[in-house]
Amino acid sequence: MRAIGIILAGGNNHRMKELTKKRAIAAMPIAGSYRGIDFALSNMTNSHIQKVGVFTQYNAKSLTQHLSSSKWWDFGRKQGGLFVFTPSMTSDHSFWSRGTADSIYQNISFLKDSHEPYVIIASGDCVYKMNYNKVLEYHIAKKADITVVCKELPASESVERFGVLTMNEDQRIVDFEEKPVEAKGRTISCGIYVIRRRQLIELIEKAEEEDRHDFVSDILVRYRNQKRIYGYKIDSYWKNIATVNDYFKTNMDFLKPEVRDYFFNQYPDVYSKVDDLPPAKYNVGSQVHNSLASSGCIINGTVQDSVLFKKVFVGNNCFIKNSIILNDVYIGDNTHIENCIVESHGTIRANSYYKGENGVQIVIERSDRFFL
Amino acid sequence: MIKKEIIAMLLAGGQGSRLGVLTTHMAKPAVPFGGKYRIIDFPLSNCINSGIDTVGVLTQYQPLKLNSHIGIGTPWDLDRYIGGVTVLPPFEKNVNSEWYTGTANAILQNIEYMESYNPDYVLILSGDHIYKMDYEVMLDFHKENDADVTIAAMPVPMEEAKRFGIVITDDNRKITDFEEKPEHPRSNLASMGIYIFSWSVLKEALIALADQSSLDFGKHVIPYCHDKQQRLFAYEYNSYWKDVGTLNSYWEANMELIDIIPEFNLYEEYWRIFTKSEIVTPQFIGNESEIEKSIIGEGSQIFGKVYNSVLGCGVTIGKDTVVRDSIIMNSTVIGENCNIERGIIAEEAIIGNRVTIGNGDEVENETDPTIYTHGLVTIAEKSEIPSGLTIGKNSVLSGIFTIDEFAGETVSSGKTVIKEER
Repeated sequence: MRAIGIILAGGNNHRMKELTKKRAIAAMPIAGSYRGIDFALSNMTNSHIQKVGVFTQYNAKSLTQHLSSSKWWDFGRKQGGLFVFTPSMTSDHSFWSRGTADSIYQNISFLKDSHEPYVIIASGDCVYKMNYNKVLEYHIAKKADITVVCKELPASESVERFGVLTMNEDQRIVDFEEKPVEAKGRTISCGIYVIRRRQLIELIEKAEEEDRHDFVSDILVRYRNQKRIYGYKIDSYWKNIATVNDYFKTNMDFLKPEVRDYFFNQYPDVYSKVDDLPPAKYNVGSQVHNSLASSGCIINGTVQDSVLFKKVFVGNNCFIKNSIILNDVYIGDNTHIENCIVESHGTIRANSYYKGENGVQIVIERSDRFFL
Repeated sequence: MIKKEIIAMLLAGGQGSRLGVLTTHMAKPAVPFGGKYRIIDFPLSNCINSGIDTVGVLTQYQPLKLNSHIGIGTPWDLDRYIGGVTVLPPFEKNVNSEWYTGTANAILQNIEYMESYNPDYVLILSGDHIYKMDYEVMLDFHKENDADVTIAAMPVPMEEAKRFGIVITDDNRKITDFEEKPEHPRSNLASMGIYIFSWSVLKEALIALADQSSLDFGKHVIPYCHDKQQRLFAYEYNSYWKDVGTLNSYWEANMELIDIIPEFNLYEEYWRIFTKSEIVTPQFIGNESEIEKSIIGEGSQIFGKVYNSVLGCGVTIGKDTVVRDSIIMNSTVIGENCNIERGIIAEEAIIGNRVTIGNGDEVENETDPTIYTHGLVTIAEKSEIPSGLTIGKNSVLSGIFTIDEFAGETVSSGKTVIKEER
């Protein structure tokens, strides 16, 4: 137990459109039975990090419900554990956290009261598997002040919404631009950092004194020449889900056998809260092809190239293609859904027609099935 | 002082030998049911849903699966500071060390456990039935009648009544007499083996009967209470209740779950059944697969065709394989181009490619004609069936096999092929 973990899960952004009306990005359902934050949490527990703080702010209800117990991820309860922090009024101030560094500052006692020498900071909106101990060993070997996990994106993906960095031959970061208009390279920060706990406390308190609140621009970018900031490059699967398109694509990735095998079958496992739903049920007339279905689903119609989350009901003679149906959606008979993300708990009336013509359409319906 | 109004004692030590090879390595309550559950999940979920948070589970026969399934009771919210679930195996004593020799003997040997909770009432359950029942309503009935013992009973068809322990009651449901498997039954109310005792009555009866060999509730304790003129009542239960004691009734009860609206509905919000989920990933259905009238557990991968079947978690069905009217339990892998009909394939079995199961004529099983019947083919857990094998009806296989062991690459109907292991 050389490190404690911090997961930044407060975020929201307009690129998620209507999808974050209900929840923080870290609580977005992924791959049928997971939530965004499960990946970071599972990585923590699989890296033997036993004490993890989750810093929330935006729309945290769904997230705190998901994090109701530390036992799903096998964190301890007495030695360490899972701690969820939401901003609260204190005698000193009564504002929300004003940035990532500020959210750490508001919970700085969590850092000060720990005794582990290192901190792993991760975000709750990325899908990946990682042994943080490897990064920590690298961090120690490089005698770094901060280590940033980074990845080179293929030309097909845009880098402009990430932090873009440049490293020298020694992997030391010499340039760091946050969300550049025109990027100088294709290596982006994955939002995963390793830093010594005392160093972090010092930097955060300094930033707060100067009224600076963002971890990336006010610490990483500002100190890139003063501090020894190193990059740790990965080439394994890593996806950020913070736009509608990336969210859609990441879910669809799980229809590929190699992605499924990597996350579902290979050691170590990804854990999630157990929901105690019955097995999925396929009635007469169901035709399901190349799709994922989760527990509690009842399927009567046709489903192709889609991901059904938990407890989805598909009525008779429905046609669902290339879509993501989130938890607890009821789809009435004779409904056509194509290229859509259907928001959770919705009730789609019989004979509806939804088709995303230019890209993915988000379908939000009220949950009024009990009045139909 | 620790006190619980009611505690439950769940008898889970029986082998269930009529389930054949399914119970070679596990007690009957640990046998998987309905895709992702085990039989014991039903009484345990009933307990927590009825507000009973203190449950002693009495184990004896092959308890490993049961122990690891129950753990500290987390899936059922039975991990409590006071109460919760406690597994109670037989133990050595200063004098008279013995196994649990009968249902009531097992309870007798755990008087200390029960006494530690100072209960007013003790609920006695068995771990081998599929049903949803609110024990709290039964307890209310017990209290209303100021009863000493309440026996849950359900009406059965008159012609079947002779297979059961029958209770005869007056108009107020007070029990006036019993008959154990009567030739000419006088009532059709069959005892379900579920009892609520007032604690003082149970304790007194157990101690008085302590020297009785194979002390049994139906044979000794209930008649004793009756003879002492105590107030015995029958609580009538009228919903779904299934004894899964034989392979055929086990198969039938599983198949009833796949009806459009099953009589026993797992999908209702009310009265959820909880279980330990080892796999949480979604299931993948391949491009060429077809599934109709089936239920499938988490993490399964289906590339073939599945009809009228119950599949557990983490099952793989290969391409061009057809599974029909079968039960496939957790983590079993079935290869490509197989044809499986009326199979009961236990956990972690590996079935090769081009295997045919359930082929040929109905021939009575050579060793256990009463167990392996109705054309069912049973494959024991962790068995390996080699590619190309054809297996006839009413047969049973257990062990790791190679194709050379079978002349003509066939196991004809009615065969029992069990490899003694370890």
